[in-house]
Amino acid sequence: MADISIRNVAKSYGKDSIMQGVNLEIRNREFVVILGPSGCGKSTLLRMIAGLEAITAGEIAIAGQVVNDLEPRQRGCAMVFQNYALYPHMTVAENIGYALKVAGVGRAERRAAVERVAQSVGLNEFLDRRPGQLSGGQRQRVAMARAIIREPRVFLFDEPLSNLDAKLRVQMRHEIRRIHNRIEATSVFVTHDQHEGMTLADRLVVMNKGTIEQVGTPEEIYDHPASVYVGGFIGSPAMNFLPGQVSAARAAVVLGDGQVLDLPRDVATAADGQLVQVGLRPEQLTIVAPGTAELQARVDFVEELGSGRLYHLLVEDLPLTVLSPDKHALRDGDAVGVTVRPDALHLFGAESGRRIDARGARVAAPQVVPA
Amino acid sequence: MIERTPVLNALTHVILVTGLLLLLFPVWIAFVAATHDMTAVNTAPVELWPGDQFLVNLEQAWAISDMGTKFTNTVIVAVGVVVGKIAVACITAFSLVFFNYRGRMLVFWLVFITLMLPLEVRIVPTYAVAANALSPFQAMLDATGLTALIATLSGVQVNLEWNLLNSYTGLILPLVATATGTFLYRQFFLTIPDELVEAAKMDGAGPIRFLIDVLIPLSRTNIAALATIMFVYAWNQYLWPLLIITDRANYGMVAVELGTLVPDQFTTGGGTPTWHLAMAGTLIVMVPPIVVVVLMQRWFVRGLINTDK
Ligand SMILES: Nc1ncnc2c1ncn2[C@@H]1O[C@H](COP(=O)(O)OP(=O)(O)OP(=O)(O)O)[C@@H](O)[C@H]1O
Ligand SMILES: [Mg+2]
Repeated sequence: MADISIRNVAKSYGKDSIMQGVNLEIRNREFVVILGPSGCGKSTLLRMIAGLEAITAGEIAIAGQVVNDLEPRQRGCAMVFQNYALYPHMTVAENIGYALKVAGVGRAERRAAVERVAQSVGLNEFLDRRPGQLSGGQRQRVAMARAIIREPRVFLFDEPLSNLDAKLRVQMRHEIRRIHNRIEATSVFVTHDQHEGMTLADRLVVMNKGTIEQVGTPEEIYDHPASVYVGGFIGSPAMNFLPGQVSAARAAVVLGDGQVLDLPRDVATAADGQLVQVGLRPEQLTIVAPGTAELQARVDFVEELGSGRLYHLLVEDLPLTVLSPDKHALRDGDAVGVTVRPDALHLFGAESGRRIDARGARVAAPQVVPA
Repeated sequence: MIERTPVLNALTHVILVTGLLLLLFPVWIAFVAATHDMTAVNTAPVELWPGDQFLVNLEQAWAISDMGTKFTNTVIVAVGVVVGKIAVACITAFSLVFFNYRGRMLVFWLVFITLMLPLEVRIVPTYAVAANALSPFQAMLDATGLTALIATLSGVQVNLEWNLLNSYTGLILPLVATATGTFLYRQFFLTIPDELVEAAKMDGAGPIRFLIDVLIPLSRTNIAALATIMFVYAWNQYLWPLLIITDRANYGMVAVELGTLVPDQFTTGGGTPTWHLAMAGTLIVMVPPIVVVVLMQRWFVRGLINTDK
């Protein structure tokens, strides 16, 4: 059992506060991915769980035990680093077995454990090599084996795949998920790659500037982004945003240029008169003949993707991208219509940036744990 | 850089060879002088080709200056300096780089300052300390009035004394207490990635384990470089042993002993100078440092340029 509770955790370096009031409950054996742009504090949060960074305020508990004052070795966490951090002077076998050696496990037993773990990540043939004689992918496996052998309660990954090429990255991603399913540990994985996050996570944690923006399954986060920030960050190509104002009388949102997009009546009523950002995902829009749809636009330019096309349109002067498998014969400057599925329309407060739903309130706000 | 520049290549080789000859010539002259008898050495012009007296001269020089004892002494001192220096430098740098404590910068600067005060500069105070290694503590006790206090309370006059003159300890300690090695180590430790330190922490290794299992193996080449430098440095010591060793027969070191072979009015009584013996002695004394440098050279170079890949 190793659930992790992060309660009101803050971090500052001297006077610089880089993380404020972070709350997060990670369940036992869950695979949680922390996603966010560079510098948002992902690594810092992970390192505070590991015990490599002091916690300025708040507390972190692993399996019900507050670990703020415990040494890293007492926390039962294993960590895989971005640059592998293998001991360059030790062989692969010594690298993998080092934690056991420190723990005082006997030579024969250690050797057996190393072989078993090496087998499971496909490293048998390399046990006598030095890290310098391995490829990037193999080093990554050694780093993983070194973490697995300790049978940790918590597995921490800090962008472990970012130094690998695209193909290997996918392969290792699958392998990490397989390992997680096999061993009985809770995994926390940090990345800034949304594909990695979406595919690996049981639950995603989206961070921005030292705070948590949203926690949820990848699907929830994709379908119901809690803020403009999350909407724009998750999904590729990125979500379109058009400014407008809600009108309850017309049950619609009126865009800057006077065009009108229908809204469910309850939403329109709840948010009557509010200035909003309308979020539209490129892959949920369809291009139709001009005049036959609610939204009129002009073609700016078109990108060929092979599997489909990315249409860059202009609504008045605002860019709107549409991703479609259909290959319309369109030329730059042509007028087109765009249909918007009602469930594909996301409303965010123009000021607050938070999602607006039927209650006119924020939804899927970060889980708050009673202090 | 890979470029085909035959003229430049030839020129650099000429410069290199000229430099080499300039450096080797005095050694050659010393060698030649050591192979002739007294008359030949002292006749002008200077001989440029070896004679047949080499072994005779070596034997005589060795016997006259009692080199056996002196060699043993110098080896003891040199090895002591090497071991002491490496231990002190390694631990000091370890503390300076990997720990965060109050006064760390102060320690760093104190160490740094000793770089600017080599033994030769502070030789008089160092001698005073060597004469009584506990004198600084005595001075502290006196200054704080503790001596007087203890004297009145218990009637015992505190008088700390630890004489290091005429001892191996006295020869070794002042040579160990310098900053060179500390800096070499510090620079190396600073290149150790943080992630490696953290990986060791996650693996459960405490600081001492980390030092022994990771840092020391990784700094093998630095150890070799430092050992070589310190061995040669200690081997060639002249001024310090000259000053504190009065019991030359038991504690004399080779470089000082060479002085007894160099002709002056005391050794030769104003007679004909025995250059052939002096040069033979010099050659003997040169051998151990050369052997050490040759043996350690591969490691030494790697340690100084710091590319253990
Ligand atoms: N030792 C430090 N002193 C001061 N500020 C620091 C220190 N370490 C990190 N920071 C700051 O903390 C913030 C978060 O850093 P962190 O390493 O957690 O980012 P990250 O989300 O992991 O980014 P990346 O994706 O680039 O790894 C950054 O703005 C960084 O400048
Ligand atoms: Mg990071």
